[in-house]
Amino acid sequence: MDISRRDIFTVGGKLLILASVGATLKQITGAEPPSDAYRLADHWWGMIIDIDKCIGCGNCVRACSKENNVPEGFFRTWVERYQIEDQIKEVKQPRVESPNGAIDGFPPLAPIDGKSFYVPKLCNHCADSPCVQVCPVGATFVSPDGVVLVDQTYCLGCRYCVQACPYGCRYLHPETQTVDKCTLCYHRITKGLTTACCENCPTGARLLVDFKNPKDPVHEILRTNKVQVLKPYMATGAKVYYENLDGAVR
Amino acid sequence: MVVRRLFRDSAHLVRPALVLVACMALFLVVRSAIIPKAFGQYGHYRPGALDLVRQHPIAFAGQDTCVMCHDDQATVRAAGKHAHVACEACHGPLAQHADDPAAHVPKLPDVADLCRRCHEKDAAKPRNFPQVATAEHSSGMACNTCHQPHNPHL
Ligand code: HEC
Ligand code: HEC
Ligand code: HEC
Ligand code: HEC
Repeated sequence: MDISRRDIFTVGGKLLILASVGATLKQITGAEPPSDAYRLADHWWGMIIDIDKCIGCGNCVRACSKENNVPEGFFRTWVERYQIEDQIKEVKQPRVESPNGAIDGFPPLAPIDGKSFYVPKLCNHCADSPCVQVCPVGATFVSPDGVVLVDQTYCLGCRYCVQACPYGCRYLHPETQTVDKCTLCYHRITKGLTTACCENCPTGARLLVDFKNPKDPVHEILRTNKVQVLKPYMATGAKVYYENLDGAVR
Repeated sequence: MVVRRLFRDSAHLVRPALVLVACMALFLVVRSAIIPKAFGQYGHYRPGALDLVRQHPIAFAGQDTCVMCHDDQATVRAAGKHAHVACEACHGPLAQHADDPAAHVPKLPDVADLCRRCHEKDAAKPRNFPQVATAEHSSGMACNTCHQPHNPHL
């Protein structure tokens, strides 16, 4: 059979037009319907942590690990113990420890000359997050309700975001080889429950808050307390606020 | 006149132009085939990822659920200092139990380990939190020989 160049172009061109029409149709009609009553636009999630209430029991770390099947040796939330000795002549660096993320709590600490306290940490769910900015494929993002999430089916595992996070909140999941992080228990908060860490905090040191809910206690707390975010100079728009945070905490 | 002069020697440009158009069309087709549907609906990501994350199963039922069936413990607890300690903070994740209490009967927490985690004396704990040097305080006895876990006040 004789195929001229003209034939190739005419047939190929028609096929191309057909295919692009088909693809466009699929895109127009295939948009996903909203799955249920939860409305993305009605929420803007964050957390408030009161350092003066944390007892370092590690309940949050254990709960998070069980709720989210966090692989052993990795943490979506962890607790640090700071020991800051009195400074008389020399400047002393604070001692920070977090044995195995505090998943088994801490060994008891004898009184020291100075102050000591616990600092729970987790993803700050920044509104202008550096981790989102560096993702080359759009696999990590700030959801419309303010939670920084990872699309496990889309992540390449390149770890740019792990490096970009100023708070060290991301890790590469050893099995899936995709990046994993705190989801603020997105599967719970979108169903009316609180996060696993807040649910299991015995003293109420952690509090899940919804900034878009006018009845949320967060407004009163922010108005009447001195609050701070971690590394404010990074201007990441962190939404995990700390009450009674010492300046030594990084 | 000017227009005709412009097009006079342009016959050789037609084919490359067609190839260019074809390549661009091909690019668009491949692109629309590769990019997931609805990508970009909320931002530079796949909106389906939200549902994917939401599908994760729940392990902690939340104490409002426990209280619905366990009135007795709930009333005892509400009267004491553990009123704000959630059931599952001591009992562990029990969503499966709450779904089907008969099929998943929970193991009771090990008191020797449980109370110590929260109440062991520690200089880094807030000073107003009740804490004891457990070894001396209980002299080896289980905490619940004297304290009742759901309402620890004697
Ligand atoms: C649907 C009702 C229901 C809900 C919700 C429920 N339970 Fe239960 N629970 C039961 C029943 C019924 C039993 C007795 C099971 C048996 O012994 O066969 C039981 C037993 C238990 C036991 C063991 C008691 C024993 O003597 O060994 C514990 C502990 C317990 N529940 C804790 C919880 C906690 C914590 C929650 C909240 C997550 C919860 N339950 C939610 C119905 C419920
Ligand atoms: C401070 C930790 C703690 C909290 C909070 C707590 N429990 Fe318990 N619970 C225990 C311990 C410890 C036992 C085992 C007592 C024993 O072995 O004698 C127990 C026993 C039980 C039992 C077995 C029957 C009994 O009374 O001994 C049930 C049922 C139960 N808990 C349900 C609940 C429910 C429901 C809540 C929430 C309202 C709750 N618990 C909160 C520590 C706790
Ligand atoms: C998950 C953490 C947690 C666990 C586990 C726990 N408690 Fe508590 N306990 C608390 C909190 C929080 C309070 C309330 C403190 C306050 O009122 O400031 C408290 C209060 C108490 C008090 C009252 C102290 C007072 O000031 O009168 C006693 C006694 C006590 N617990 C004993 C126990 C015993 C015994 C156990 C083990 C069965 C236990 N606790 C397990 C968190 C815990
Ligand atoms: C021999 C009985 C006995 C045993 C065993 C016992 N306690 Fe106590 N506990 C007491 C008495 C008595 C008090 C003081 C009365 C009160 O404050 O209610 C007390 C008080 C406490 C307090 C409150 C301290 C404060 O500063 O207000 C805590 C916390 C506590 N016990 C925890 C525990 C823990 C944890 C265990 C297990 C390691 C335990 N107890 C075992 C008898 C006991």
